[in-house]
Amino acid sequence: MVTIAETVTTEVAKVVDEPWLLSHAWIIPALMALSFVLILFFGRRLPKRGAEIGIPAVVAAFVMSCVAVVQWVQHVDELVEGEGGGGEALRRLGRSFVAAGGEGAISIRPITDSFTWWSNGLVKFDIGIQIDGLAVMMLFVVTLISMLVHIYSTAYMEHDERYTHFYAALSLFTASMLVLVIADNSLMLLSGWELVGLCSFMLIGHWWEEKPNTNAALKAFLTTRTGDIGLLLGVIVTFFAAGRTFNIVEINEAALAGKGGHTVWLIGASLLLLGIIGKSGQFPLHTWLPDAMAGPTPVSALIHAATMVVAGVYLGARMYGVFWQGFSIADGGMNAMAIIGAITIIVGACLAFVQNDIKKVLAYSTISQLGYMVLGLGVGAWVGAIFHLFTHAFFKALLFLGAGSISHSGSHHSFDMRKDMGGLRKFMPITFVTFMIGSLALAGIAPLAGFWSKDEILATAGQSGFHFFQIVGIIGAVLTAAYMTRCVYLTFFGEYRGHGHPHESPKAITVPLIVLAVFSVLAGFANAAVLGIEKFVEYVEPRYAFPPVIIPEFETTLAAVSVMVVLASIGVASALWFRREELGPLRGLTERNALARAGYTFLVNKYYLDDLYTDGVVAGVKGPLARATYWFNQNVIDAVPNGLGRIVPMLGRSLYDHVDQGTVDAAYNGLAKETGQAGGLLRRLQSGQVQRYALLIVFAIAIFSIALMLAR
Amino acid sequence: MNWFDSWALTLAVFLPAVGLVLVLATPKAQEQTVKVIALLTTLVTAGVGVGILARFDYNASGRLQFVVNKEWINVIDARYHLGVDGIALPMFALSMLITILAVVYSWNHFPEPHNPKAFLALILILEVGMNGTFVAQDLILFFIFFEVVLLPMFFMIGVWGGPNREYASIKFFLFTLFGSALMLLSFLALYFKLGTFQIPALAALHGGEIAHGTQVLMFGGLFLGFAIKVPMFPFHTWLPDAHTEAPTVGSVILAAVLLKLGTFGFVRIALPILPEGAETWAPWIGLLAAIGIIYGALACLAQTDMKRLIAFSSVAHMGFVMLGIATLTTFGINAAIFGMVAHGLITGLLFFVAGSVQHQYHTREMSRLGGLLKSAPHMGWILGFAAMASLGLPGLAGFWGEFPAILAAYDPAPGLSVTAFRTYMVIAAVGTVLAAGYLLWMYQRVAFGLPKPEFEDAHIHDVGPAEWIAWTPLILLTVLLGVYPQIIFGVTDRAVTRIFGG
Repeated sequence: MVTIAETVTTEVAKVVDEPWLLSHAWIIPALMALSFVLILFFGRRLPKRGAEIGIPAVVAAFVMSCVAVVQWVQHVDELVEGEGGGGEALRRLGRSFVAAGGEGAISIRPITDSFTWWSNGLVKFDIGIQIDGLAVMMLFVVTLISMLVHIYSTAYMEHDERYTHFYAALSLFTASMLVLVIADNSLMLLSGWELVGLCSFMLIGHWWEEKPNTNAALKAFLTTRTGDIGLLLGVIVTFFAAGRTFNIVEINEAALAGKGGHTVWLIGASLLLLGIIGKSGQFPLHTWLPDAMAGPTPVSALIHAATMVVAGVYLGARMYGVFWQGFSIADGGMNAMAIIGAITIIVGACLAFVQNDIKKVLAYSTISQLGYMVLGLGVGAWVGAIFHLFTHAFFKALLFLGAGSISHSGSHHSFDMRKDMGGLRKFMPITFVTFMIGSLALAGIAPLAGFWSKDEILATAGQSGFHFFQIVGIIGAVLTAAYMTRCVYLTFFGEYRGHGHPHESPKAITVPLIVLAVFSVLAGFANAAVLGIEKFVEYVEPRYAFPPVIIPEFETTLAAVSVMVVLASIGVASALWFRREELGPLRGLTERNALARAGYTFLVNKYYLDDLYTDGVVAGVKGPLARATYWFNQNVIDAVPNGLGRIVPMLGRSLYDHVDQGTVDAAYNGLAKETGQAGGLLRRLQSGQVQRYALLIVFAIAIFSIALMLAR
Repeated sequence: MNWFDSWALTLAVFLPAVGLVLVLATPKAQEQTVKVIALLTTLVTAGVGVGILARFDYNASGRLQFVVNKEWINVIDARYHLGVDGIALPMFALSMLITILAVVYSWNHFPEPHNPKAFLALILILEVGMNGTFVAQDLILFFIFFEVVLLPMFFMIGVWGGPNREYASIKFFLFTLFGSALMLLSFLALYFKLGTFQIPALAALHGGEIAHGTQVLMFGGLFLGFAIKVPMFPFHTWLPDAHTEAPTVGSVILAAVLLKLGTFGFVRIALPILPEGAETWAPWIGLLAAIGIIYGALACLAQTDMKRLIAFSSVAHMGFVMLGIATLTTFGINAAIFGMVAHGLITGLLFFVAGSVQHQYHTREMSRLGGLLKSAPHMGWILGFAAMASLGLPGLAGFWGEFPAILAAYDPAPGLSVTAFRTYMVIAAVGTVLAAGYLLWMYQRVAFGLPKPEFEDAHIHDVGPAEWIAWTPLILLTVLLGVYPQIIFGVTDRAVTRIFGG
């Protein structure tokens, strides 16, 4: 098979040793899985109820992930040495990859290791790891956030009665997420994907005594599983399209080579996209994510903001060849992926305006930001999407943990911004400052993290010919800045409206906030093109079985415009909120203007999607459809045997009546028992019932024998 | 050990009959003795099974091993012919395991009207029939074993069952017998056409000279016999009634082993012996399987009784197994055999838990249950585990029965309609969501929340020793096979390839 990598790139001739940890990266998830098992079986008996296993394990996993990052960077540098040396050469080659149609570009294979796990009937399933820049980046992000959440939870979950279960689930989640990340094949990825879904279910439903929590857990599981129909079938379609293989590299190669025609890849990509829509909270299957906030806040930060929900985006990035080919991304114009992302950006951001629950604001914000990532993938901004995944993990985890800190120490376990917050900046300075940093990073104010990654997506969109999506992205940025201003105002400014005694949170909570704040400030510099730093281009972007995506030039105008509109948006929103008293005409607009009221109602009801799903689809299936099926089962299908059961004895009765008068009494005695009083099972067998089925069998045999004879 | 090799299967099949004689010879009042004899019998039988597993040549799992082939009824040329290969071995082992667990669980859970002697005697007869069916290599012998399981289950439901037991037991009996009759006719037709009852010889003929139309008709007889046992839509209505009324152990054996006699019949007899008939029937079997998946799931959603829900879930799950079989590909049939084992383990566990829930609460109405995790945390967790396994979570056994069956439908055997099977594939994939729906809704109603007021003061026992012993093997195997499915695929693949590899 001719692969794209071989045709357009030159292989690096040099053979270098594979760093040990990279070819044994399975150790990292294995460690977390071990931690899960230990906590599950021994956690309760330990003095710290399991945290003393989970925390060291995740710290070790984090350290190993850091080592993996360093080793990967060294590995790449070593491979390209002699080509001009180190990252600089790569960057040059990276650009030339596009500029010269790939001539002279360098190909770097991921480090893989696999062995056959099962095989039968010509299908072989290998279990294995695929370590490249994308994988080590994800290892770093997942273990870092997971570690901070582990530490944070020692304080936040301190008095929880299922503390041990909570830590066990955190470990299982981390292990599953890492399996997903390092998987070298689609089926293993799918396994990790389903297991993180399980953990999400367990953790959303952590307080399962309350019905709303378990409803949310079920909704999350079932909605993502609806998307998983697509993933499941997408894995199957790509398996066959690529020539019976689950191996991701081989699938990407086959897809880029257009093996088997374009259509099959379009189908495969569309199906996989459905999986992404379910898992990464994209419109129209995003409705589970806000409800998922019923889970403990650290879980919201880890699973429903930083890691699990980006699994869909990760899938898109991992199997990018399929999407590139399937959606013809190289041609520009419209495609399903970019459209879904664009709709999600706007749909999510609009809903964030009408929430009073701070976590729901953040949840809708997450939906909107995930939209950026999906849009990025759809417009060919691979680096931008993944870079945004990276920066978003820090600032959104920061915001969620900040919200948790507020509920823990500021608002007496409430998340209602209107009722129980306000003026908290005076009481919780660290939480306030870090939350502000997170908000600004999210809004995209230079030079905080969110600015760089969003800019990367927008620049690529423009330079790849997706101007429409560029504009959607800028509108989204305006909305983001505005709703975060409202959120920050309601939470930290004005007068305190709660009934507790707000104070700053303990160190176990504030230290993770500070760490994340530092990352929210600095993470953007990992790929700040204007400063000449493009680590994501150099080390994260794959250089094997990967389409020729463009690496955008930094556009000063674009950056300036996006920062200015964001600042303007913050300005207007601040004016609206901080000086509400003076804006008489605008106050109560929704009460006076029918159109504004209709719009507000529409948003408060979440576009009625929940009603459609819950009352329409789910209730329809559970109610009328299921009941109709069951009715059909009991009254139609069962009518045949029940009817026979009545008719055959009657037939028998009349036969005996007319044919054999002599034995009629005996037969009647037997049959009468069936309708009459009890008489012991065995006696019945000896009498009426036996005749029933004997007759039935005779008839069956007769009919069938005739049929057989006719067929001779 | 030559002695063992030639006697092992006979022992594994008939030791339970020896135990049965001993049980019958023991006075009814000596309950403890009866229980010990029954348990020892199943353990010794399983010991023989372990010996078979140990001495089985896994590199030659495609070939029949431990073969016994003796004259039996010369007049009709029926022979006492037993043998086990990679297709039969997993189910054969499962059957012996489940019987032990059934006896252990019964230890202090004998349903009304009690009478352990009769109850255990029935379990032992069942074991003879189940073990025998999986290793029989002669059609007449197969038929006899296939029928042997019928009566004990009939009595188990009819005597120890719930309020509507008579209707359920008779329905079960009539349905199965109706199918068996047609199946027997097809067996006889095979004999007259091909001159032998020996399954390996018949399979080697690949249908011989039988005309296409006749093959189709003969396959129809086999189809009815096996499809009713599976059960496939629309022949399934006996199953929910039988399960609802059957005592816990009866349900477990019924779900874990008896249903598989049907699917096993397809793989062992119908498909290899009548390949042309199979090809004509396969799209229709696939269609019924796909309907069954959705239909069973929808019916589950309408249930208020926990056990009846699990019963309907079997209709859906066996749909996946039948879909795998209907593809007529080696991959699909391997998947089907895996699905049979996985369903046996998982649904067996679900029925066990449902039985214990009923034992504690004296109801299975989900509207009255709730808070199982609060009242009996271990039982709640085990139920959650079983539900997750049943909905096909990767890493647990259920997934490897389900996903490969769906995969196989993408690419059915040559000659079958690709469009039809890809449609079934999509339907089956939708079925996985419905499965998650009914299982999680069940779990929410039974385990989440707080116990209802009427049970607030009730003394609910958590998992007891007998339950732990009976359930642990199922849990461990579900995880083990889920993590390392090659344990089954490695055994079945050669046999499947030898017979269906073309």
